Amino acid sequence: MTTARDEILARVRSALSGVDRTPPLAPAPRIAAVPDLVGHFADRVEHYRAVVERCAAADLEATVAAALARHLPAGSGTVVVPDGLSFDVPGAVVDGAAGPGLTALELDRVDAVVTEAAVGVAETGTIVLDHGAGQGRRAITLVPDRHVCVVRAEQVVPDVPDALARLDPTRPMTWISGPSATSDIELDRVEGVHGPRTLHVVVVDPG
Amino acid sequence: MSGTFVGMPAFPTAARAALADTQLRHNLAHATGTIRAKRAAVVGEVEEWEELRLAGAAVKEAALRDLETHLVRLEESLTARGATVHWARDAAEANEIVARVARDHGVDEVVKVKSMATQEIGLNEALAEHGIAAWETDLAELIVQLGDDLPSHILVPAIHRNRAEVREIFLRAMGSVGRPAPADLTDEPAVLAAAAREHLREKFLRAKVAVSGANFAVAETGTLVVVESEGNGRMCLTLPEVLVSVVGIEKVVPTFADLDPLLRLLPRSSTGERMNPYTSTWTGVTPGDGPQEVHVVLLDNGRTRALADDVGRQALRCIRCSACLNACPVYERTGGHAYGSVYPGPIGAILNPLMKGTGDPQTDSLPYASSLCGACFEVCPVRIDIPEVLVHLRSKVVDGHRGDTVPKAEAVAMKAAAYAFSDSRRLGWVEKASGLAGRALTRLGRTTLPGGRSAAGRIPGPGAAAWTGARDLPAPPRESFRAWWRRTDGGRS
Amino acid sequence: MRVALMVTCVNDAMFPETGKAVVRLLRRLGVDVEFPAAQTCCAQPMVNTGYLDEAVPVVRTFVDAFAGYDAVVTPSGSCAGSARHQHGLVARRAGDPGLAAAVAETSPKVYELSEFLVDVLGVVDVGAYFPHRVTYHPTCHSLRMLGVGDRPRRLLENVRGLRLVDLPEAEQCCGFGGTFAVKNADTSVAMGADKARHVRETGAEVLVAGDNSCLMHVGGVLSRQQAGVRVVHLAEILAATEADAGGPSGHPQVGLAGEGAA
Repeated sequence: MTTARDEILARVRSALSGVDRTPPLAPAPRIAAVPDLVGHFADRVEHYRAVVERCAAADLEATVAAALARHLPAGSGTVVVPDGLSFDVPGAVVDGAAGPGLTALELDRVDAVVTEAAVGVAETGTIVLDHGAGQGRRAITLVPDRHVCVVRAEQVVPDVPDALARLDPTRPMTWISGPSATSDIELDRVEGVHGPRTLHVVVVDPG
Repeated sequence: MSGTFVGMPAFPTAARAALADTQLRHNLAHATGTIRAKRAAVVGEVEEWEELRLAGAAVKEAALRDLETHLVRLEESLTARGATVHWARDAAEANEIVARVARDHGVDEVVKVKSMATQEIGLNEALAEHGIAAWETDLAELIVQLGDDLPSHILVPAIHRNRAEVREIFLRAMGSVGRPAPADLTDEPAVLAAAAREHLREKFLRAKVAVSGANFAVAETGTLVVVESEGNGRMCLTLPEVLVSVVGIEKVVPTFADLDPLLRLLPRSSTGERMNPYTSTWTGVTPGDGPQEVHVVLLDNGRTRALADDVGRQALRCIRCSACLNACPVYERTGGHAYGSVYPGPIGAILNPLMKGTGDPQTDSLPYASSLCGACFEVCPVRIDIPEVLVHLRSKVVDGHRGDTVPKAEAVAMKAAAYAFSDSRRLGWVEKASGLAGRALTRLGRTTLPGGRSAAGRIPGPGAAAWTGARDLPAPPRESFRAWWRRTDGGRS
Repeated sequence: MRVALMVTCVNDAMFPETGKAVVRLLRRLGVDVEFPAAQTCCAQPMVNTGYLDEAVPVVRTFVDAFAGYDAVVTPSGSCAGSARHQHGLVARRAGDPGLAAAVAETSPKVYELSEFLVDVLGVVDVGAYFPHRVTYHPTCHSLRMLGVGDRPRRLLENVRGLRLVDLPEAEQCCGFGGTFAVKNADTSVAMGADKARHVRETGAEVLVAGDNSCLMHVGGVLSRQQAGVRVVHLAEILAATEADAGGPSGHPQVGLAGEGAA
């Protein structure tokens, strides 16, 4: 008996018999250099109705604390951070510090998450998480309703092809462009469905 | 559970009913108008959009032309990364594989990411027969599922519903399958979206098995990609223990870098955004993160039939953006149900006959459901020349009837026209006859066009009635151009 | 330069005034246009309905009729598109290398009228006079298959007395579509009704386009609505001059093809 695999591959072979297997390539165009790359990135992220602010490296912890205070009910709210975050978030639960990490149900009771990122894409206002150190498992940036994400200026690249070149495809990735949104009702975009409804991006300038 | 397209009438009949639905006409005109404007704005800001389209088409074309190599490579990469690869020749085989995985884990429900492939194979209905509930989690799919309705658009399956209808569906149906909608639900899209969030969250948090499709599958690395907006995709791809992805074999791209033109083309063409809110990629199993059991079902179900068609092959480049639906003047007026398939609109008018083959009256009506205006080709991010394929498929439909013992009236008319048009003298006789017939014709439904020319109003008979039911027809002139030229030596005498 | 008029079957049989207008216009511009009497049709009705075998002898007649000319001018975007983009397909179907070679020779020489005027003759002011409020519908095949762009507009803008008003949703198809108009008559009429509504919104007296088939469809809807808008082919406006003025109402009455008001 032929397997489905063999039969499908045989059909493919037969369908393409006599067809030139190497059609001409057409290299994708690249955008012209962006003069203010980080500023462009910040503008584009903001366009999705994310909150964007820029700070100096020395002010990072204070900026993140202020961001959390802004989005959480005064003096309350639980915050989760991934293992390996390069700065301190006082009072936060560290996911996976001891054991397998929080369950989905536990994460559902967490109010906010703070992470870093792998790459920022200026042209599209996209943050890419590759879920390495300082970014955590995919679930922690998904289930809590508020995401504070720290992107360093040197992580910002002009466009999608530059981002792909910096990323390791074997890692799981999440490309985030603004808060969760839908256009499913009358093609009218509204923010806030299943992913974090608040996205707060902190861009750290070098120095 | 949603309904089925089985037994749909041919396009002209289905379209007639849709055209009479004033609410549908209004909803579609509003929604497609909105999305066309958004797309035009974000496409307009990309200076080298045409070059990007060429690059996108080239990536997909390269993958298709050497499909066996890339499929084998994809299987190897996936297997090396801990995924289980299955192959499915048709819908039944694919459904059986998914049901088996679900049964192996003893579940009676799965959560689903919006996926055209699973719609195409009727997975939800097949799982229901196994006693397994498949919960659609995309907002529009949820609206369709709760409304016991059929999808009418590739990107926004509930495009035919407006906010008031969505509210009614949520109030009526959510409670019977989970958390009910709040009693004070309004028809604000943001409020409706919040209700969907509350309704689905309990399902996401408890689900053991998820089912998805994939927008792209990278052969080189075994990476699967899902492009979405709401985060329901991330929920399904991240929280359950087991993930089954049903992936059409045409979704393969050779390398990770090849994702570039496609990830730039898709969101701008689809939702009219620079980038969609969420894109997830995963490569087999990642220890400690996401599903620890990953299955990929590589689906044929007619794709190799389309691949074998030299003109039609390009349809497999489709990345399911829906730009052609939104641009299509026919789709805008009839909506998606008239196409009788989960793939409606211009792309559906070619994909269905290419994948199913011609010969069935409903399928055969689809290539004719177009005025060949070319708006679809103009917006297609991977440059599928849909009008070219439509004309090609029309010829396949015609060729399929060449052996008929009683030829169709249209075939007789075309043969007669070919006879007349093959020799200018014969055409001259026909024109003389038409001048005479014109006078008879105008007597049947005499009217006058603005400007004064005589015309035919409503006149009976097939063809004539189809035209003159709503349009006056100018009367043929007494003298054809040809006769005038001969009589006057081209106006010189 | 030997220039042939490809009048098209629709204009030959239904709209001879359009063909006559092209002849007058080109002669005024110094082109002695010929009418090869062997011509019939571009074969588009057969091709677009799927009757490729039936199209083969028609394309053969086409290339025979127009062999040896330097340019073939036609007052139809759709038929020019058919000759330029579909004849190759028909020749391949015939499996006849001789026909394919003839098509390759003829196809590139086919010009839609506005292309010929602007690109070949290099004129945008053809000396026309047409004192009416006019709106222009760019037909799909001229727009998307040929890419005539703003050539017709530029020609119209240089017509004395003519007030050109923008047509809303101008680039949407009118719904004619050849046999689509009868095979899917309901959808075709729905599209035509929307086009007619946009035309009425402009307050124009005349709807102009480069294809009489599309005008026959939209004009048929407008007429049935008693909308008070007439349809006129681009060639007839460009051919009109002050010397033509003085028709029944003191205006050049172009667009009265055939029997007229008699």
